[in-house]
Amino acid sequence: MTVNEFAKVLELEQLNIADGDRKINGAYAGDLLSWVMGRTAGDNVWVTIMTNLNICAVASLADVACIVIADNAEVMKEVTDTAKNKNINLLRSPLPMYELCVNINKVI
Amino acid sequence: MEEQLRFRYEVDGDNFTSAGEASVSVKKKLRQLGFAPEIIRRVSIAMYEGEINMVIHAHGGRADVVVSKDKIEITLDDDGPGIPNVELAMQEGFSTAPDNIRSLGFGAGMGLPNMKRYTDTMKIQTELGKGTKIIMTVNI
Repeated sequence: MTVNEFAKVLELEQLNIADGDRKINGAYAGDLLSWVMGRTAGDNVWVTIMTNLNICAVASLADVACIVIADNAEVMKEVTDTAKNKNINLLRSPLPMYELCVNINKVI
Repeated sequence: MEEQLRFRYEVDGDNFTSAGEASVSVKKKLRQLGFAPEIIRRVSIAMYEGEINMVIHAHGGRADVVVSKDKIEITLDDDGPGIPNVELAMQEGFSTAPDNIRSLGFGAGMGLPNMKRYTDTMKIQTELGKGTKIIMTVNI
């Protein structure tokens, strides 16, 4: 499944789509950045409620396919701007993390 | 690759939001050089953890990356307070990061363990009050 297909089927808000054709190969949920970097695999969807600027560096370095912000957590403009500059797919959902992950599990 | 390629970065200890710029730059360079994605990922994550550690604990420092025929070597060198107990610091979950850093999602006590996890060798030289030098290699 591609990021575009993933965003569409789960009705996610597209804060930035840098590479919608990127393939997804799994998912990981977590907010502790080093924990995420230690456990996530490349091309994963990363689900988090963390929205500070450092998520862009983590997503880029850990090479995740996209970030999905749960719970409609507020994302500052500088974060979406950085996602654009660093070519990071950044999505958002109003669902809490658990419900969002359950839904993700149904589609990937 | 016959010759070594060397990159040097100054890690700014005052700017937490820009932390990771050296790692992102190395990632781009390794990608341009055509390395496999998993090699790039391992080097990038290990270096980023080191960068973050230098920002949190040592007011910045220096990062050197040497790409040679059979390995990538990353050296992180700072003038910070040193690590009192390396064995303890290597344990997953052990952290001395302050609360304001934890609120940003860091300080999980996974920095040094991740650096070890993602590299083939890792050496720590540290002296209290003088600083810490960490040398990591990833085999190509």
